[in-house]
Amino acid sequence: MPLIDTLARLEAVGSGRAQPTATVRHRHLSGRPLVFVPLTTAGEAGAPLGALVGTDRDAPRLLVVPQPRDRDLRFTFLAELADVILPYIDSHAADVETAERTETDPETGKRVKVETELCADAPQLIVPSRTGLAFVRLLGRSMRFRRTAEQDPQAPYPAPPRVPLLGRWLTHYGERSRVPGSALLLALTDVLSRHWATGQSGLEDQHLGALLAWLDPPAGTSGAEAAREAELARDPAGQLRCPPAGPATDPAFDNKLLAPAIERYDRARTALAAAEDPLEADDRLAALTRAEREIRELIESQARPTWDAVWRGLDLLRALPAGGHAEERWTRDRWSFTGHRDRVLAGEPPQPRRDDAVTAANKLATREREQARLEAQEALDDPLVMAGRRLAGEAFAGEVTEVVMAYGEGRRPSPRPLVTVRTEDRPHLAERAKVYRSLAGRPQSAQFVERAAEDAIVLRILDKMGRGKEPEPGSVPEKGDRVCFTLFEHEQRGGAKLPDPEETPWTHGGPPGEAVPEAADRITEEDVL
Amino acid sequence: MDKATLASALGAPSGFGQSQFALTRGNAFEAKVKADGGAELLRLAHTRLDPGADTPESAAVPDLSAQGPEGRTARTALALREATRAGGWTLLDHPMLALDVAGSLAFLEPDAVVVHPDGSWSVVEIKSFPMLDGSADPAKVGAAARQSAVYVLALEDVAARLDPAPRVRHRVLLVCPEDFSNLPTGSAVDVRKQRAVTARQLARLTRIEEIADALPEGTCFAPDRDSEELTAAVAAVPATYAPECLSTCELAFHCRERARAAGAVTRLGRPLRAELGGLTTVEDVLAAAHGELGDPDDPAVAALRRAAALRAEALQEARNREVAAVCR
Repeated sequence: MPLIDTLARLEAVGSGRAQPTATVRHRHLSGRPLVFVPLTTAGEAGAPLGALVGTDRDAPRLLVVPQPRDRDLRFTFLAELADVILPYIDSHAADVETAERTETDPETGKRVKVETELCADAPQLIVPSRTGLAFVRLLGRSMRFRRTAEQDPQAPYPAPPRVPLLGRWLTHYGERSRVPGSALLLALTDVLSRHWATGQSGLEDQHLGALLAWLDPPAGTSGAEAAREAELARDPAGQLRCPPAGPATDPAFDNKLLAPAIERYDRARTALAAAEDPLEADDRLAALTRAEREIRELIESQARPTWDAVWRGLDLLRALPAGGHAEERWTRDRWSFTGHRDRVLAGEPPQPRRDDAVTAANKLATREREQARLEAQEALDDPLVMAGRRLAGEAFAGEVTEVVMAYGEGRRPSPRPLVTVRTEDRPHLAERAKVYRSLAGRPQSAQFVERAAEDAIVLRILDKMGRGKEPEPGSVPEKGDRVCFTLFEHEQRGGAKLPDPEETPWTHGGPPGEAVPEAADRITEEDVL
Repeated sequence: MDKATLASALGAPSGFGQSQFALTRGNAFEAKVKADGGAELLRLAHTRLDPGADTPESAAVPDLSAQGPEGRTARTALALREATRAGGWTLLDHPMLALDVAGSLAFLEPDAVVVHPDGSWSVVEIKSFPMLDGSADPAKVGAAARQSAVYVLALEDVAARLDPAPRVRHRVLLVCPEDFSNLPTGSAVDVRKQRAVTARQLARLTRIEEIADALPEGTCFAPDRDSEELTAAVAAVPATYAPECLSTCELAFHCRERARAAGAVTRLGRPLRAELGGLTTVEDVLAAAHGELGDPDDPAVAALRRAAALRAEALQEARNREVAAVCR
C-alpha cells in the first residue's frame, strides 16, 4: 500500500469515517446498470441457490432453486436468469452509432479506415464483491458448453434454449472484468475501496456491509462500531443481522434455516409424487407450494440486504464527479461489447476452455497496457492520485520561476525554451530524463537539463509549440504558472504485433490447427450436478 | 485447548463454521474416491505420481483401527513398515500420525497415504473444490499444499525410525472433482517449499514450556471462568494480531479488539509496520504526520509529513474546483 493511502487509512481510524483516496469517480457508471446478487450452495461448484437481479432498485426479480442438487430446477433457474439478463443485453445491442476503425487491408497490407458500427451504450453488470465476479465467470463456464435440444437432439439433459448464450455473455463479461479500468462488470467492493480508505484492512474491506458502515455509518456511531456490527451482530436466533454479500451464505443460516426448509420441500415433493387420488394430490401440491414459498422467503431474507447495500454504494459513487478519462475507457468497453455481439451474431462457437497461445499473449498484453494507461489517466484526472505519484517521485508540481528562450541546433532553428520549475517534490530524475505535462489534454514532453538548486529543476520543452520560429501562444509555460510534470508517459503505445494464430511458432505449440468445436462437459448419471 | 469455546467465553466468538451442505458433499466425494478398495485413488496415484511402477491391480488396504490416537499412531507406523517391506501398492485409509509441535504432540489424520511398490510413501489429500479445465482456485490449492506439507513432515518422522529409512515423496496427490461433475481427477502438487517453510517455522516456535513459564502463577484458560479473568489470562500470552489471523485463528476477533483498543497499526496490515518505522500506534502516526510529534530527520516521519501535506493540498484543490463548479 502506498504511504499516502496508508495515511488515509490511519486518518479514517482516527476520525471514525472513511477518507477519500480519490476526488473524482474513476469508473463509468451506467444510468441503468443491472445489479446481480447471486447466492450459491456451499461445497458445490456452480450450484446456484438463488439470486436477486434487475435494473430497478425497488423491484428486483427473485430467482430461487428450492433444491440446488436438482438438475431440472437449476436449469429452470438459469433459464429465468437468461430471461432477465439477455433482454437487457439485447436492448443495448440494437442501438448503434457509426464509428471508424483502422484495419489492415488484406490485399495491399496498408492501414485503412473502415466505417463500422459501435453500440451507443453497453450493458453494465454490478455484483457486490470480488467473489461475485468469480461466480459470474463460473456460471459462464458452466453454461456455455451446454447443448440445447435443438443443437443436439441426442444430448442427455438438454439445456433450455437461451442458457448457452447467457453462458457466453457471462464469460465475456468475466474476461473483460480482468482488464484494468474496464467497467462492463464491476465488483462494488473493489470500486468503493478504490475511492475511499476505511479504518480496516483490505481483507475486511471485502465485506460489503462493513465497508459501507465505514463510508456511511448510521448517525451517532463511528465507522468502526458500525463495521463490527455489520460483521458480527447476530439476532437472538443466532443469525447474522447483516448477511454476507455472497455468493456463499452464512453456515449458521445453512444449518439452522435452509437445510430444514429444503428437507421439508423434499418431503413434500416425495409425498406429492406418491399421491394416489386427485384430492390428495391437491392437498399435497398446496403443501409443496408452501414449502417452496418458505425457501423463497429465506433466500430473499439473505439477498435483499445485499441488494439494498449495492444500490446505496452506487449512490455514494454517483455523488462523485466523473473522472475526465473514465468516458474514454468506457468507449473501449463499448468496443468490447460490440465485438462480442458481432461474434455471437456471426455464429462463432463459444469461447474455448483454454486460449491458444496468440490469444492468451494478446490478452496479457492488453491487460498490461490498460494497467499502465489506467495508472496514468487516474493520476491526470485526480490531484489526489497525482499527489501519490508525486510522493513516490514519479511526478512533480511547482511554480515556473524562469523561462529562457533557446533554440535547437538543427538547420532550421526551432524553439527549445528552458523552463525552471521550483518544486518541493523530489522526483527521481535520471540524466536527460523525459518528462511530460498535459497541454489541453495532449502530452507535451520536456527534457530534464539540470538542477539549478536543490528545489529548482531546469527543463527543456521539446514539442507541441507549432512549426514557426516563435512558439505558439500558450504552448510554453510562463513565469508564475503552476505546472505539473510526470515521469511516466500519458499515452500507451501498443507493443510489438503478435503473429496470426495460424503462424504460431513451434515454441508456443505451433498453429492451433483446424478449430474443433468444444465438447460439452461430461454428465454423470449418479450425481445431480 | 479449544480456542473456539475460549473465544465464545471471551465474548468474541469465532466466525468459523461449516455448512452441512459442504460437509455432506465433501464426505460423499471422499467416499466415492475411496470406493472399491481405493481402486480409483490408486489409479490416480499411479498415473500422476509414479507412472513407471506396475499398475495397481490389487492393493493392500490394512485395517488401522485401534484404541485412542496413540494406539492408532502406533498401528499406522506398523502398517507402514509392513507395507514397505512387502512391496506392491498399499493404501492407508485415514492413518494417524503424530508431530511434535513446540514440545507438545499433535495428532494428524491425512485423508490417505499411499505406499508405492518401490517402498516410498506419498500423501493423498482429497478436497471437494472443483478442478475446472485442469486448474483449481490457487488459494485453496495453496492451503491444501500447506496442509499436506505438515503430513509429509510427520511421515518423515515415522520413516526416520525405520532402517533403511523409506523415502517420503515431496509430490503429494491432490484429488478434486473434475469440472462440474462428481468424478475424481488428480494432480501432483510439489510441496517442497511449503515443507521447508513449515519445518523452519516448527523449529522456531517458542516451546510451550517457555510460554507457560512466562505466565503468572495461577493463569487458567478454563472457559467457565468469568470473562474478565479470562481476558487477563489471554492477555498474559503475547500475540501480535494481523488481518491474516482472521482466516486462521478462532481468537482473531478477540485479538482484533485488543489491537484496536491499543491503537496498533498492524491491524491494517503487516507491511505497515515496515513502512512506518518506529511508529506503532495510530495516534503516534497521525501526530507525526501533523507535525506534533517525532523527529523531522527520521525518514519515516519526514515521508509521513510530506504525504500529509500533499494529501491536504490535493483535497483542497478538489474542494476549490467543486466550489468553482457550483459558482459557474
